Amino acid sequence: MALQAIAFYLMAAITLVAGFCVVSARNPVHSVLWLILAFFSAAGLFVLLGAEFLAMLLVVVYVGAVAVLFLFVVMMLDVDFASLRQGFARYMPVGLLVAAVLAVEMILVSTTVATRGAAKASLGPMASGTLASGAGVSVTNAEAIGRVLYTDYVYFFQAAGMVLLVAMIGAIVLTLRHKPGVKRQVIMNQVLRTPATGMRMVNPRSGEGIGSGEGIGE
Amino acid sequence: MTSIGLSHYLAVAAILFTIGVFGIFVNRKNIIVILMSIELMLLAVNINLVAFSVFLGNVTGQIFAMFVLTVAAAEAAVGLAILVTFFRNRGDIAVDDASMMKG
Repeated sequence: MALQAIAFYLMAAITLVAGFCVVSARNPVHSVLWLILAFFSAAGLFVLLGAEFLAMLLVVVYVGAVAVLFLFVVMMLDVDFASLRQGFARYMPVGLLVAAVLAVEMILVSTTVATRGAAKASLGPMASGTLASGAGVSVTNAEAIGRVLYTDYVYFFQAAGMVLLVAMIGAIVLTLRHKPGVKRQVIMNQVLRTPATGMRMVNPRSGEGIGSGEGIGE
Repeated sequence: MTSIGLSHYLAVAAILFTIGVFGIFVNRKNIIVILMSIELMLLAVNINLVAFSVFLGNVTGQIFAMFVLTVAAAEAAVGLAILVTFFRNRGDIAVDDASMMKG
């Protein structure tokens, strides 16, 4: 139990310090790297909780996709980041005030909930086997999630897929750029081509040719 | 108090959420850091969901954490795409005077 406490405090401290460095780093590239560290330690917290599947998902999705996406964009945009930091000191007092009020409120509420509220009935973290819908059968965390996700929440699952599809198409449409002078292959025009449109009968006189620049099919 | 209970995880999530709000406040001009702060806040929400899921013995919280993760990824992709388009049109990403769409 002591080892678990040590691991928890270590992971929590790393998560919070990395989170603070994300918002206070001068260079946005450093911010993204701190964000990756925060996600990694949060995944460690999930492992401590017994939610291994979510932890691996956090590493794969956040570290592998989202953080790399941020890194690409930050490095691709050639922005003067020093000018973007103007007003940091000006907004600091009100930001600290709001943050302090928010933190105190949320910690009070969560402590109350954890000690007297809905969670009081449970005695502590349950083994992942008890999380299954079918009680008595010891299953892994991923299997427990799958048993519920693909039955009770299958419509939500499909909706999440639609959300991802819409986001993918939206991102592609937003960033797709047609350069004006680039010749593209248009399959439809090729298929619709008939002998009548693709061929021209000429009867050139001797020594004059068929004229300049009038190739077939242009 | 040596054992790690639900309130410990909730406190971590609350502080992480607060850091996200604080980041939005102090980085008013830098939309990249604002997006990262939103990711931090969603991570705090995920920690809350998973902590309650484990301590209440109900796997539903983890499923909704997955959905939050999905939406966060989609939001990051679309937000960054908008940011790239904005940068192409304007040449910078100062968002405090981004009022082009007022017409």
